[in-house]
Amino acid sequence: MKSEFDRRIALALADQELRKNFKGAMHFLRDKRLQAIGDPQIWENMRTEGARIRENVLNHLPELLEQLEANCQKNGIQVHWARDGDEANHIILSIAQKHQVRQVVKGKSMATEEIELNAFLAEAGIECLESDMGEYIVQLADEKPSHIIMPAIHKNKQQIHELFVNKLNAQGDPNDVDRLIGVGRSILRDKFRQADMGISGVNFAAADSGTLCLVENEGNGRMSTTAPPIHVAVMGLEKVIPSLNTLSTLLPLLTRSATGQAITTYINMISGPRKPGERDGPTEVHLVLLDNGRSAIHQDNDMQSTLACIRCGACMNHCPVYTRIGGHAYGSTYPGPIGQVITPQLKGLEQNAALVSACSLNGACGEACPVKIELPSLIRRLRERVAKTNPQNSLSERWLWSIWRWLNIHPRIYHWLTRCASWLHWIPVAGPKSWRKERDFPQLAANPLRHRMRIRKQQTKKAGPDD
Amino acid sequence: MTSVQPVYLFGTCLIDMYYPTAGLDAAALLELCGYQVEYPLAQTCCGQPAYNSGYTKESYDVAAHTVRLFSQQNYPLIVPSASCASMIKHEYPSLLARQSELSRLANSLAARTFELIDFIADLLPFDQLAKQKEQTVCLHASCSSQRAMPVADRWREVLSSIPGVSLLEPEDAAECCGFGGTFAVKSPVLSNTMTKDKAAKLLAGGPDCIASGDCGCLMSLGNHIKYLHGHDPCLHIASILANAFGVAHEE
Repeated sequence: MKSEFDRRIALALADQELRKNFKGAMHFLRDKRLQAIGDPQIWENMRTEGARIRENVLNHLPELLEQLEANCQKNGIQVHWARDGDEANHIILSIAQKHQVRQVVKGKSMATEEIELNAFLAEAGIECLESDMGEYIVQLADEKPSHIIMPAIHKNKQQIHELFVNKLNAQGDPNDVDRLIGVGRSILRDKFRQADMGISGVNFAAADSGTLCLVENEGNGRMSTTAPPIHVAVMGLEKVIPSLNTLSTLLPLLTRSATGQAITTYINMISGPRKPGERDGPTEVHLVLLDNGRSAIHQDNDMQSTLACIRCGACMNHCPVYTRIGGHAYGSTYPGPIGQVITPQLKGLEQNAALVSACSLNGACGEACPVKIELPSLIRRLRERVAKTNPQNSLSERWLWSIWRWLNIHPRIYHWLTRCASWLHWIPVAGPKSWRKERDFPQLAANPLRHRMRIRKQQTKKAGPDD
Repeated sequence: MTSVQPVYLFGTCLIDMYYPTAGLDAAALLELCGYQVEYPLAQTCCGQPAYNSGYTKESYDVAAHTVRLFSQQNYPLIVPSASCASMIKHEYPSLLARQSELSRLANSLAARTFELIDFIADLLPFDQLAKQKEQTVCLHASCSSQRAMPVADRWREVLSSIPGVSLLEPEDAAECCGFGGTFAVKSPVLSNTMTKDKAAKLLAGGPDCIASGDCGCLMSLGNHIKYLHGHDPCLHIASILANAFGVAHEE
């Protein structure tokens, strides 16, 4: 049975331009990361420390979140708890309505993608403009991000040029990337001045000081969080860290894994609204702590490490499936290996069973993960749940595995059958058509190894009885 | 004469059915290194296909069968596949943890499980090898041989030690060949695409043969190349070594 996901995979694989764009971009990112991580042993030690920090966070998540709330409030940040996306959207809308907000400028945030905030605010007549260049391009094209760090990575410069010509009347050399970026920037610059509210994500939130940390390269994050009078930060509740001290490990892990940078151009530390006597900064800062299924993952011991993720995107850059089909094919906010693990947990395993099949368990993602999340094991555990509970999982598949099990624990019958199959050059499990589309069907050997080892043993005995 | 040390050979289901020559060559190499090969005839599959597909209960029973079979003696267990070796060494202990007796046996078996080439690399008498015919061999380092069971460097080592062999590495050497066990069946379109890309990179340098120590990869790559070019240049490393040492099984 073909899933929607299978159909999107086929479409993505047939799109040669898309495949070329991804192949080039992923190679570039992987090489940059490799150069940036330097000494493998030092990197490995950092990963171990990063994994320990994140594990510690998950072991103390409720306490850390309460501490974060208390310290943010001390700093004058208003803290809101949102059980799900709908609640988060309504919280943000009510803040906006209280201040008669018409225009919002946004920094990059996957959490707001997850809750589809832009569409929700648009319905209420509030325009949300994405200010990260990649997000801006995706928004102009009326698309969704295809990568969690590089939202427009699926497009090449010609495609972006065409988009800017069509939507912004841009002119000039299509190969001049700086000019293209300049077109976008000049439009955004005015919007920063006009916006009534800035919305951003959060990379890390330090519980002991109530500080929100935001990394970026374009300065748009700083503009979105300082120029408008109101700043609303939205964070998944797993993003809390005990203190800013842990950033000396987590930040370099994040930036090297994400963009191959030792450090990003901007690191914003937001610790409250404008204080009396200060001449700039927002007058109000809000923090929306988004649950949206995360508590349930936290309660699930086998899957809890899903929440250790620091959203660097390295797993997708190294995934042989993602690098071929791109992010849109997954049909979910988070693509690639981490998406294959998060999406079924946030949106339901039954509807997303196909996602967990699309993995060869090659292990490249786990190896790249800066905080050592065992992504292949998590994917396997989800497969276990699909096998157990998913009604869509065909009865014939279960039967096949039952028969397989029975044969493998009854070796005499197993070997009699493989022998017969060898004689007949036929195996009762027909290969799927697509295997045979570009591969010959595997030829069974004339005599299985077991048979030949048995003969070999008899011959050895005959040849050397005195051994 | 010193008494020869016995080892268990686990043939793996793919070698049993599709690549028996690789299994016979593995046995011959072990004997060349001075071991006595015990091949229990009741062996079947390691259970990995079901395990990776999420059919843990089914896999559990097959793993239990394998553990009991290879626990009759305390011999080292030699596996001519990094992937199956990794299943036994790294997954069995947790898979069988809930039953104390099986758990004990699984841990003991894990501790004496070795991938074939890793086990014999230092024992093969390379210094006795005369110059052989010149051949270029392109190595496919399977995912298991790079990560779960890191023996890929040992594969490189033995292949480069054969006089006359020039070893090639493909572009994107670390990338998966697309086989992935049941992945090839459940996501055939993705699997096919990955195999096609990998095969093109392996063939790019025009090697005389493609070598690996995992027959799953060889099956996927070999059958794709056969589909394209009518012949299958893929060989298990054990067969290349057995050829070089003149102990290869002759058809």
